[in-house]
Amino acid sequence: MTDTLTPVLTDNWDAERAWTLAAYEERGGYAALDKAFAMTPDDVIDAVKESGLRGRGGAGFPTGMKWGFIPQDNPKPKYLVVNADESEPGTCKDIPLMMASPHTLVEGVILSSYAIRAHTAFIYVRGEVLHVIRRLQRAVQEAYLAGHLGTNIHGSGYDLDLIVHAGAGAYICGEETALLEGLEGRRGQPRLRPPFPAVAGLYASPTVINNVESIASVPSIIANGPSWFAQMGTEKSQGFGIFSLSGHVANPGQYEAPLGITLRQLIDLAGGMREGHELKFWTPGGSSTPLLTPEHLDVPLDFESVGAAGSMLGTRALQLFDETTCVVRAVLRWTEFYKHESCGKCTPCREGTWWLTQTLARLEKGQGSESDLDLLLDQCDNILGRSFCALGDGATSPISSSIQHFRDEYLAHLTHGGCPFDPVASTAFAPAGATA
Amino acid sequence: MTATDKAPEKVDVDLVTLTIDGVQVSVPKDTLVIRAAEQVGVQIPRFCDHPLLDPVGACRQCLVDIPDAGNGRGFPKPQASCTLPVAEGMVVNTQATSEVADKAQQGVMEFLLINHPLDCPVCDKGGECPLQNQAMSNGRGESRFAESGGVKRTFPKPINISAQVLLDRERCVLCARCTRFSEQIAGDPFIALAERGALQQVAIYEREPYESYFSGNAIQICPVGALTSADYRFRSRPFDLVSTPSVAEHDACGAAIRVDHRRGKVMRRLAGNDAAVNEEWISDKDRFAFRYAQVEDRITYPQVREDGELRPASWPEAFAVAARGLREAGASAVLTGGRLTAEDAYAYAKFARVALQTNDVDFRARPHTGEEASFLAAQVALSGGVTYSDLEAAPVVVLLGLEPEDEAATIFLRLRKAAKRGRTQVVSVAPFTSRGLAKMKGRLVPAAPGAEVQAIESLKDAAHGVTKDAIVLVGERLAQTHGALSAAVALAASTGARLAWVPRRAGDRGAVEAGALPNLLPGGRPVTEAAARVDLAAAWGVATLPTKVGRDGNAIVAALAKGDLGGVVVGGVDPDDTSDPAAFRAALDAAGFVVSLELRETDVTRVADVVLPVAPVTDKAGTFVTWDARAREFDAVFSNPSSLPDLRVLAGIADELAGLGQGSPLGFRTVSDVRAEMQSLGPWDGARPALDAGKAPKPAKAPRKGETPFVLATWKQLVDLGSMQDGEAHLRATARTPVVRLSRASYESVFGMLDAATGDERATVTGDRGSITLPVVVADLPDGVVWVPARSTGRGVLAELASPGSAVTVKGATS
Repeated sequence: MTDTLTPVLTDNWDAERAWTLAAYEERGGYAALDKAFAMTPDDVIDAVKESGLRGRGGAGFPTGMKWGFIPQDNPKPKYLVVNADESEPGTCKDIPLMMASPHTLVEGVILSSYAIRAHTAFIYVRGEVLHVIRRLQRAVQEAYLAGHLGTNIHGSGYDLDLIVHAGAGAYICGEETALLEGLEGRRGQPRLRPPFPAVAGLYASPTVINNVESIASVPSIIANGPSWFAQMGTEKSQGFGIFSLSGHVANPGQYEAPLGITLRQLIDLAGGMREGHELKFWTPGGSSTPLLTPEHLDVPLDFESVGAAGSMLGTRALQLFDETTCVVRAVLRWTEFYKHESCGKCTPCREGTWWLTQTLARLEKGQGSESDLDLLLDQCDNILGRSFCALGDGATSPISSSIQHFRDEYLAHLTHGGCPFDPVASTAFAPAGATA
Repeated sequence: MTATDKAPEKVDVDLVTLTIDGVQVSVPKDTLVIRAAEQVGVQIPRFCDHPLLDPVGACRQCLVDIPDAGNGRGFPKPQASCTLPVAEGMVVNTQATSEVADKAQQGVMEFLLINHPLDCPVCDKGGECPLQNQAMSNGRGESRFAESGGVKRTFPKPINISAQVLLDRERCVLCARCTRFSEQIAGDPFIALAERGALQQVAIYEREPYESYFSGNAIQICPVGALTSADYRFRSRPFDLVSTPSVAEHDACGAAIRVDHRRGKVMRRLAGNDAAVNEEWISDKDRFAFRYAQVEDRITYPQVREDGELRPASWPEAFAVAARGLREAGASAVLTGGRLTAEDAYAYAKFARVALQTNDVDFRARPHTGEEASFLAAQVALSGGVTYSDLEAAPVVVLLGLEPEDEAATIFLRLRKAAKRGRTQVVSVAPFTSRGLAKMKGRLVPAAPGAEVQAIESLKDAAHGVTKDAIVLVGERLAQTHGALSAAVALAASTGARLAWVPRRAGDRGAVEAGALPNLLPGGRPVTEAAARVDLAAAWGVATLPTKVGRDGNAIVAALAKGDLGGVVVGGVDPDDTSDPAAFRAALDAAGFVVSLELRETDVTRVADVVLPVAPVTDKAGTFVTWDARAREFDAVFSNPSSLPDLRVLAGIADELAGLGQGSPLGFRTVSDVRAEMQSLGPWDGARPALDAGKAPKPAKAPRKGETPFVLATWKQLVDLGSMQDGEAHLRATARTPVVRLSRASYESVFGMLDAATGDERATVTGDRGSITLPVVVADLPDGVVWVPARSTGRGVLAELASPGSAVTVKGATS
C-alpha cells in the first residue's frame, strides 16, 4: 500500500485547455490505440482481467470478467454503454473527469469497444450537466476528425461510432437497466433480470455497461501494462481511484490515490477538517452507503475493508460532516432525495420512501416517540432486499446506520422538543468558531 | 463428446421437481414459482402478476423465501415468486411456512395501503377486490401509518381515461396490469405510467386518446377499484349480483362471458375464462353492449294491425291473425337476420319448409350472392377443424375480406398473440393496412374492391408462404366480388391450406347448419339431393318437401315487390343492413302480409301486419355456432315466462296454419325439444354439392361524364351505430372517429398537395343512394379507391351512399 497520491486520470487536469485533443495528444493521448489494435480483442480483455480493475461505479464487479460475459457467438451487434449518469449525492468524480479530460474517456471507449467487438458505443451523460455534455460532444467530434473514431480507425480496419446521449434528469437512470430503457427512448425504470444486459441489453443485444472511471482507466492499463496497474492498491482491490472529498473539509476536491488509502490520510492531504471542527460522521461512497464515524478513520478504503466495517466503498464519495451537523437532519435530506427520485415501479421503495420521510420529519421536529425509531428500522427492514432494484436498499442505508451510530441524537430531538442543533453552524457561511 | 452423447432424452414435457412448503411437486419447466405454489394449494398474494401478461415483478407482494435455489445455495433476500422460474431441487418457503416471507408480504401490504384511501364502503370493487381480500389474508390488522400521523397522497376524484374508463388515481397500486394489457394484448399502448415515486399514475396523452376496443379488460383485471367503467360505476355491489355464464352474441367468435344481474336486470358483463376460445379477454362490445334489450322501444306484447293501426293482441289471437294472413297472402317467404340462435334458425328453416312449404328462406340480411350460397353449401356447412389454437400454430394466416379487429375481435387477439411471438405471418387481402393489421404485423396484399380475385390468385406465389400448414380465413364480405370465393377455395385446394369462413354475426354459422338458406336444408342437406329431402321429410313426418331451390334474400325482395310473393315472415332484420335498404322497404310496403318477430320497434314492425315480440338472449337458452364450428350452448339468464323464443312463436303460427289446412305443426315448443330434434336428425352424410360461382353480374353502369369515379370500399367498425349497441352512450363514445380514407394520389387529385393540408379537410362521397361527408385521412389504398365505415354515420353506407364496390365520386367539402 502506498500513502501518496497517484495521479493518472487526474494527471493532465492542470494542463492548459486539458479538454482539447491537442492537449491530450501532447501528453501521449490515443497512443494506446495502436498498441491495442496490435493485440487481439481477447488479449485486451485478458489484460484488463489481469490488471484486476473492478467497476468504479460502486459495485466493484471485475471489469474484464464483465467483458468476458459478452457472448461472441451471438449474431446481434454488441454495444458498449458508458454510465455517465453521475447523480448520487456526494459523488463527484465522473463529471470533473469528463469536464477536464473528456478524451481520456473517449480513448477508453475505443479500447473497450474494440475488446468486446462493439461497433457502436454510447455515453449516457446526466442531462443536467450541460457544460460537460458540450465538452464531450466536442471531444467526440475532434476524435472523429482525427481518425480516432469512425471507420478504419488508425488503419486497423476497426470501425466505431460513439454517441453522446443526454439523460432527462432521473437518478434511477444510473441503474444500468433503467439507463438502457432511457437510452432506448422509454421511461427510466429498471428492467427485470434475467436476461442480463450482457445477453440482452440495449435493443435486446449483448451490452456492456461500465462506469466512466472504469472505462477511463483502460487506456492507462493498456499503455502501462496490467502489472503496473495491479501493483497499486490492495490485494483484492487493485489500482487507483478518484476519491471525492466534500463537506466540512478544508480543501474539498478530487484526490486520486490507490485503493486502500485511509480517510485519515485523505483528510491530511485535504488540509484537515474545517478549522476548529472535528469529524462526526462520513459516507464512504455516497449517500447510499451506510454512514461511518471517526472510529473508522483508519479503515483502508478498499472494497473488502469498507465492507467489513459495515458499509460499502461505493463511488468513493467521501462526504464529511463535522460536529455541527445534525445527523437526523442530514438523513432526512437524503431520504427526501430518495423519495423524490424513487421511480415508482415497486411498492417498497415508492411507498416506503414516502412514509420514511414523514416519520423522519416528525422526529426532526421532536414529535413522536422512541418507538418511532423501531418503526423506522422496521420500515427499512421491509424495504431492504424487498425492492426491485438497489435504489430502495440505498434509501435505507443512511437511516439504519445513523440510528445504529447516533440513536442518542435521535432521542435528543424528542427530549429537546426539536432539533438541538443550530442549523447555521453547519453551513459554509457559519461564523468561525460557531458551535452546535 | 460425440453426437450421441448430446442427444437429449425424449420426454413429452420437461418436468421439474421442487419442494414448496415441504410439499414436493413436479411442474413443467419454466413454470413460475407463484403458479407452482398453486399446484400444492398455496395461494401467494399478488397484484401485478397475471398469467397472460409478461412478468414484471413490480408490486413485490408475492415475496417468498428460497433457502435453496436448486444449486445448494439460497437467496439471501426474499424473491418475487412471480418472476422466478422453478429449478430442479429448489426449496421454496411461502408465507405459510416462512416467517421471513410472511413478514415481507405483510410489509409490502402495509406499504400498499399507506397511500390507499381505504374507501372500500363506497368503492365498486369492494367485495371482489384482491387488495381488500389479500389485505385481510396477508396484512396487518392495524395501520401503523395512521398511528404515526402519516399523511396520504391524494388526487382529485376520477379522471376519464376514455369515455368509458374512469380512473381513481388514489386507489391505484401501480401494478401496471392495465398498461401492460393495453400494450401486450390489445396493442393499444395509449395509457402508460407517468410521473414517479408515489406520484406515479396511469396517464394518457391528450393528443392520442385511449382508443381501444378492449379497454374493458383493463378494468376487469385491475386488482383494486382504480379503473371503473362509466357504465357500471356505482350501479351495484358484487355481493348483490347473481352471475350466470353465457356466450357473447355480438360476433361469430363465441367468447365466454359472465352475465352479472340483479332482480331481473343485467348490471354488467365480464369476460369468461375459456382458454380454447377467448382466453380471458372480450371486446368492449361484448362487454358493454347489452342494454339494447332494456331500451324503451322494446316490444313486450303481440300486436295486430287493425284499420291501419297496430293494437295489442293476445298471443292466441296474434298467432291466428298471422296464420290467416299468411294463408291468404299466398306464397310467402322467410327472412331472418344473422342474430338467431341455432335453435331459432332451425325453427325458421323448418317453418319455411313445413308451414309455408317453400325454400324461400335466407338468413343473410346483408349483401349476398348466389355464389356465396353455393360456397356455404359446398364449403362451410358441416365443415370444421380449424380452431383458435390452430391460428396460433399456423405459420401463415391469410385474411380474405375480413378485418378481425372490427369483425371478429377474439380472432384478432389470437392472431396478434401469434404474430407477436413471431411464428405466424398474417397476410391480408384488403384495400389498406388497417390499424388492426398493423398491430398483427400483417402484410397487406392490396386489392381494390372487385380486384380481389387477382390478389387471391397471386397468393399462390411461394413468396407468400401459403402452404398446407397455412389457414385461409374468409370473411363474409368476400362474397361481394364475383369469383372471389371460388378463388379462395381454389387457393386452399392448390396449396393444401385449410379454409374457414368467418361471418360477422353470431347466428350466421348456426343458420347455415340449421338450413336457413334457399339451397340448404338442416344438417347440411342440399335441397337438390332427393335423398336428403326424403331423409328429412321422413324425420319431420311430412309427405314431401319443396324440391326447388328457393329464392335468396335479394330475390325474395324482388319477388315481393313484383307481387310474385304475397307474404313474408321477417325475424330480426334491420332494413339498413340489407343489400338495398330502399328496395327492402318498398318490398315490405308491397307485400300482402308481413309478420314481424322482433325485440324492438323497427321499420319492419312499423309496417308489419302482425308484430310478435321475441325473447332476447338473456331470456332463452340457445346455441351460437362459432366460425370454428364450436357449438356454444348457453342457458337463459332470466326465467321470463312472457318472453318467448322465436321457435315457440313460429310453432304457434304453424299450429294455426295447420289448423287452416296449410302445412304441418312444427312438432316442438321448447328449446330442448328443438335441440333433441336437431340431435336426432344429425348431419347429412352424402356428398357435398360442388361450388358453382354462377354467372358474373352485369358490369356496373359507367359513371357520369366528367367525374372521376372511385370504387367504394367499406366495412363495419366494431363500435358503430348498430342497433345492438343502442342504449350504450359510453361505449358509442369510444368508437373510432369515422373518416374517409383515400390514397395520397387520390387525395391530392381532390384536395391538392397533402403537404399543404390543414388537417381540417372533409370529403363528400356521393353514390347512387346519397352522400356522406366526413374528415379525410390518407392511407395506403390503391388509387381510385375510397373507404368509409359502413355503419358509423346516419343510416349507414348501404342506405345513404351506395352498394360496396360500386362507383362513387369524392369531392372536397367545406367544413
